[in-house]
Amino acid sequence: MNNKVLMSGNEAIARGAIDAGCRFYAGYPITPQNELTAYMALHMPQEGGVFIQAESELAAINMVYGASAAGARAMTSSSSPGISLKQEGISYIAGARLPAVIVNMMRGGPGLGNIWPAQSDYFQATRGGGHGDYRCIVLAPSTVQEAYGFTRFAFSAADQYRNPVIILGDGMLGQMMEPLQLSDKALLKTENRQLKTKKWALTGCKGRKPNIVKSFYMAEGDLEKANLALQKKYRAIQEKEERFESIFLEDARVVLAAYGTMARIAKGAVVELRKRGKKAGLIRPITLWPFPRKAFQGLLRTHRRAKLLVVEMSYGQMVEDVKLALECKLPVEFLGRSGGGVPAEAEIIKEVNRLIR
Amino acid sequence: MEKIYSRPESLRSAPTHYCAGCGHGTAHRLIAEIVDELGIREKTIGVAPVGCAVIAYDYWNFDCSEAAHGRAMAVATGIKRVGPDKVVFTYQGDGDLAAIGTNETIHTANRGENITVIFINNAIYGMTGGQMAPTTLLGQKTATTPKGREYAAEGYPLKISEMLALLPQVKYIERVSLHSPQETMKAKNAIRTAFQNQIDHIGFSLVEILSPCPTYWGLTPKEALDWIRDTMAKEFPLGRIK
Repeated sequence: MNNKVLMSGNEAIARGAIDAGCRFYAGYPITPQNELTAYMALHMPQEGGVFIQAESELAAINMVYGASAAGARAMTSSSSPGISLKQEGISYIAGARLPAVIVNMMRGGPGLGNIWPAQSDYFQATRGGGHGDYRCIVLAPSTVQEAYGFTRFAFSAADQYRNPVIILGDGMLGQMMEPLQLSDKALLKTENRQLKTKKWALTGCKGRKPNIVKSFYMAEGDLEKANLALQKKYRAIQEKEERFESIFLEDARVVLAAYGTMARIAKGAVVELRKRGKKAGLIRPITLWPFPRKAFQGLLRTHRRAKLLVVEMSYGQMVEDVKLALECKLPVEFLGRSGGGVPAEAEIIKEVNRLIR
Repeated sequence: MEKIYSRPESLRSAPTHYCAGCGHGTAHRLIAEIVDELGIREKTIGVAPVGCAVIAYDYWNFDCSEAAHGRAMAVATGIKRVGPDKVVFTYQGDGDLAAIGTNETIHTANRGENITVIFINNAIYGMTGGQMAPTTLLGQKTATTPKGREYAAEGYPLKISEMLALLPQVKYIERVSLHSPQETMKAKNAIRTAFQNQIDHIGFSLVEILSPCPTYWGLTPKEALDWIRDTMAKEFPLGRIK
């Protein structure tokens, strides 16, 4: 059966969530992610799920906390200023070890900023964002197809690790329409049947001891124990879940690093540079946390004379992770714009040419 | 000999951390008795607030969730929508429900979520050391109103229950008190109604309980009960509001 459709990135994320068995969504209007909310409003009830337009981002994320605590696959979405508001709830979700998927279709900041695409929330997404020692798994799709597929993966990762997962896109990916191959319905059914029973969920204490969902530890030493358990989980995620894509890496003298929408433009630049015989390559992190450190550390053995060029729609946030992964042993340059500007292919090519000379 | 009074199954055998004369222990017990009497312990899910009652789940013997300060009703909304056959209630103080969570309170009520809300009004923030609450009385001295609450600077005591009564989907609101055995029995009846309403799919029900906080009122436990009767209940009249 041909399941090819034309969809925006926002709609593809919503579809991916529903196909992954998400049955609870709460959101609050904010541009540029409103198509996602509208898709959920229409389709979630048709799937027997719950859609709520919440009174605020705070309420939305805390409804997701409740729905997840009750055992449902649950999601909320927003864009940068709204995601700042959700940080309280994300911290509680992380602390209570609840699975949840949070979508941030980033726009320009700080403050109200504007509604143009940006990647300025990288620090917020990858460093935890709210209070406390915690991490969210962060996935960065660069196409509408990936927006769909990564969202489905996000739900299984969230359940597996009992951890919040962030889909970090931007306004351009959200608004862009591309052909999308939906997964076969039968396959989805099989996948969703494999959903594990959540023994910790609040379903009523029939035939068992009461379950408690909490992140408060008052007795001496208890919080430290809980935090050490989280840290152990994060190490396991770091070990197993690093994901990236690379192209033209073999003999590259300049290795670009870019994610999401920016990686598409960087990819275009690399292809063009190769046509001109310039040895450029690209590493595209797919998981921003865990950051694909091994991909960069490999360069220390194989590309000892290469230079790095990190390209972002921000003023240099991922560049710090690249430097950390490389332990500053290779030169790392940066090209970035934010607040409405997007580094163009021609700008990247010019910068690579300057570095190769 | 026949045993006529014992601990409800819904209450764990644990000493509470509450101060002498505090109302929380009584309120916890009333809820536990009602949950037992209605036979709903195995499908009840409580949502504990941030505040003195944060570890209420250490005392209740059924499923519970914590919620961030003020967000209990949003959390309860998520739980109830996912499990409409469950009995879901929040237990919130005045700061939680009527200050930081006012938005959640109004909109949960306005959506007519079929949940039960137990609202503990003791006119003070207890856990943080006795600061002014939205329900603090005029003239009442607190850590943050050292000269007493003044309407010109701090506003009047907020009557959130009367405000919520304006909403069409709010089905039941009653204000009760724990200042005497008679009033405590009335409180229990109100709690029963609020839970029964949920079971009968009637809709959003709230019980406001005037509850003593002798520690931060600077009174003895006995004086605190008298203060509710003589002063607090004048500002917050007892009885059915809706």
